[in-house]
Amino acid sequence: MRLRATPPRGNSSLRRIGAVATTVALVAAACGSDDDGASTSTDVAATADSITLVTYDSFPESDTSLNDALAEFSADTGIDVEILVAGDTGTMLSKASLTAGNPEGDVMWGIDNTLLSRAIADDVFEPYIAAPIADGSVEIAQEFLDLVPNGEATPVDYGDVCVNYDIGWFAERDLEPPTTFADLVDPAYAGQLVVQNPATSSPGLAFLLATIHEYGLEGWQDYWSQLGANGVEVVDGWTEAYYERFTWAGGGPTPMVVSYGSSPPAEVIFADPPRNDAPTGVIEDTCFRQVEFAGVLRGTDAPDASRQLVDFLVSERFQQELALNLFVYPTNQAVELPQEFIDFAVVPETSRSLDPAVIDAERSTWIDEWTELVLG
Amino acid sequence: MNRLPRRLLIALAIGPTLGLVVFYAWPFITLVVEAVDATVIIDTLGRASTWEVVWFTAWQAVASTAVTIAVGLAPAYVLARYEFRGRTVIVGLLTAMFVLPTVVMGAAFLAMLPDSLDRTVWAVIGAHVVFNLAVVVRVVGSLWEHLPTDMEAAAATLGASRWKVATRISLPLVRPAVTAAATIVFLFTFTSYGVIRILAAPGTRTIEVEVWRRATQLGDIGGAAALALLQLAALIAIVSWSTIAQRRHAQAIGLLPTSARRRPRTAGERRFVTLVAGAALLVAAAPLVALVVRSFSTPTGWSTAAWTDLGQTEIRPGIRIGIDPVDAVVNSLINAAWATAFAVVIGALASLAIVGAGRAGRALDGGLMLPLATSAVTIGFGMLITFDTAPVDWRARWWLVPVGHALIAVPFVVRTCVGVLRSVDPAMGDAAATLGASPVRSWRATLVPYLWRPLAVGAALAAAISLGEFGATSFLSRSGSETMPIAIEQLLGRTGSVLQAQGFALATLLAATTVILVVIVERLQSPFTERPRR
Repeated sequence: MRLRATPPRGNSSLRRIGAVATTVALVAAACGSDDDGASTSTDVAATADSITLVTYDSFPESDTSLNDALAEFSADTGIDVEILVAGDTGTMLSKASLTAGNPEGDVMWGIDNTLLSRAIADDVFEPYIAAPIADGSVEIAQEFLDLVPNGEATPVDYGDVCVNYDIGWFAERDLEPPTTFADLVDPAYAGQLVVQNPATSSPGLAFLLATIHEYGLEGWQDYWSQLGANGVEVVDGWTEAYYERFTWAGGGPTPMVVSYGSSPPAEVIFADPPRNDAPTGVIEDTCFRQVEFAGVLRGTDAPDASRQLVDFLVSERFQQELALNLFVYPTNQAVELPQEFIDFAVVPETSRSLDPAVIDAERSTWIDEWTELVLG
Repeated sequence: MNRLPRRLLIALAIGPTLGLVVFYAWPFITLVVEAVDATVIIDTLGRASTWEVVWFTAWQAVASTAVTIAVGLAPAYVLARYEFRGRTVIVGLLTAMFVLPTVVMGAAFLAMLPDSLDRTVWAVIGAHVVFNLAVVVRVVGSLWEHLPTDMEAAAATLGASRWKVATRISLPLVRPAVTAAATIVFLFTFTSYGVIRILAAPGTRTIEVEVWRRATQLGDIGGAAALALLQLAALIAIVSWSTIAQRRHAQAIGLLPTSARRRPRTAGERRFVTLVAGAALLVAAAPLVALVVRSFSTPTGWSTAAWTDLGQTEIRPGIRIGIDPVDAVVNSLINAAWATAFAVVIGALASLAIVGAGRAGRALDGGLMLPLATSAVTIGFGMLITFDTAPVDWRARWWLVPVGHALIAVPFVVRTCVGVLRSVDPAMGDAAATLGASPVRSWRATLVPYLWRPLAVGAALAAAISLGEFGATSFLSRSGSETMPIAIEQLLGRTGSVLQAQGFALATLLAATTVILVVIVERLQSPFTERPRR
């Protein structure tokens, strides 16, 4: 026995309701997307004494000395700062592009040099260089300012992506760790390196860019073929590489991994049990420079307070907290590094970098070519 | 019960329909309209890589679903039909496998695999099977436990072999539930994201992974939305087919209002139950044991620091990491409570409307499944640009997260309830009508009572889904509301052995919370099920 069909009357009115609801929704949707520019939302949500700092997901939301510094800023200026975490840097930028003009917050922290050109092209920022940098009271390296010739955003920190190696592993085998890119294709180091897929990982992309910097637009493909022949392993992201495959942290088979120049001090600081020497080292020649920027989001309704916050972000008070909280280096040259960083971190004299505009223009092509070559 | 007043049906359907339109259809359509045009679609369809991705997505989903169903039926039967010590714990463990964040379970699974299987499609299918066993156990099981056993008993008495009873009677009776479970598993494996990223060879991508990559890593939102549409179209075809199939095979059987579970009687039954339950326990417990082990391990040996310091955010004097696991647990529980409340109310209304309303009901049924078929990034980004202007300036509201979780959980509540409601014998309604009950009264007396037990099961699933959810809502921006899955990913995303061990400790905590939750709901079942009178 089956349930009989419902009488058609009930049926059609349900459909009518559905149609009405859909129409209402579509009309509302049309209204919603039409008046992006004339939005009033931020005007209502925020007053000048409360602004939102949009940031990537490794930025602490509360409880750290970085947040203490922000609290001091609020106490001094009367401007409350709320932290909004938008995801990884790529996700954060995609969201900022989608909401350009009607942003989720007022200031954005953490767009890096591989993504800067896209942020500028998508008109995410209202151009602003922190006043203390502009008037010379805070000094930062010219190479960072050169990345923002039109003052689109303010360079706030930098770091390096480098090949890390397991010091103990090499010592046990009486093997000298490699020192150059060329060494990495030496059969003596076959099957000893794990890298991230540049299509899905930001350190993976940085490492690819470093090889392009070394071997040039025409030569990197050949180098990667040799790396492939020498047994380079590719995984999807940093976590899998470092915590699954790396001999030191993951008990895996590969004693070299693409990570950060600041990973060795992090290994000391977060060691269990505590230790006084770094278990991992950095191959300086492979380092690629990542510079991060803070900018005022176009469409903020609190431009003055936002600029004040950007000024604070380059101040000594805030910059001195960066190393131990974000494991990056301050751009403010007056700031001294914590001892662990002086002892164990590597800041290469000449780190590699490429023009952000070139990176943005070629990224897709390079990634496709790389995928074909290494994974295909 | 067949002639429910129109007004009642509308009242039942309006909530679910509005929720679906406002929180799913509107954001998704807004994003598509914003980002997709003809050129984007032509580009996407014209790329050879698109079709490689589609092919891989489809075949691994078919294979994963077939194996999951084949492997899942025996434990579903045993757990639904037999009462034995540890039964609810096994159900809880299997459910934990289903809801734990894939970043965690992937790592646990990887730890157990032989190296030669690492990052192969076999690892992917194996993980899909283990993670989705709970769907078969719960969806098929919730029908199985209400099936009267007299037909099977009669067949056995008449001399049918155990195999014959199983293939001729037990399986055909649960066929609609098997189809329902297969649909859900297919949806989940077709849209697989975390498992693929962790366990598949790099460069192997499902459509879902490719949508994420284009939207977040390449900034190609148009291409991402076009792929999301392609995925949706493929899945709509499947879901429509399944919804029709479930209805076609729905059998009206007199269901038991209470479960038909009993202790195994013969030695053969005891052997069968021990074997199946033992295997299920092994499959569900092994990755969890791996989690616990990793929460105690550091590169240089064993340590309990991850557990003893879990509530303490100051890792070293003056150094705090800003991730508070205790806060994350609290946030997760609050979210889960709200998400479950939303999902249960919406799911119950929708189930009653679907069962009562014929064709329009089936449209609602299919519609509620759509969020599962839609790429999480596109819903998240859609919400971002849809709810951005007064009076719907909701993008930073805390409740958008539980609403998003409910969107994913409602189909589970509906699937669990509808399967049972459809199988209620209409003769009971007819009898009530003959005795003079009005259609509404007869409906309340004969159909509604069957709702509570599957609803309780659905609620447990909804809460568990919310606890582990790492989909659309992880693409919403958040402020001071870190949930457990997010905190785990954060901890595992940084250098330092303390942080890694803490990540696994928190993952263990998440698994334990899930198991406890499911076990509590299983225990609560009796007050619900004692209400109907036969």
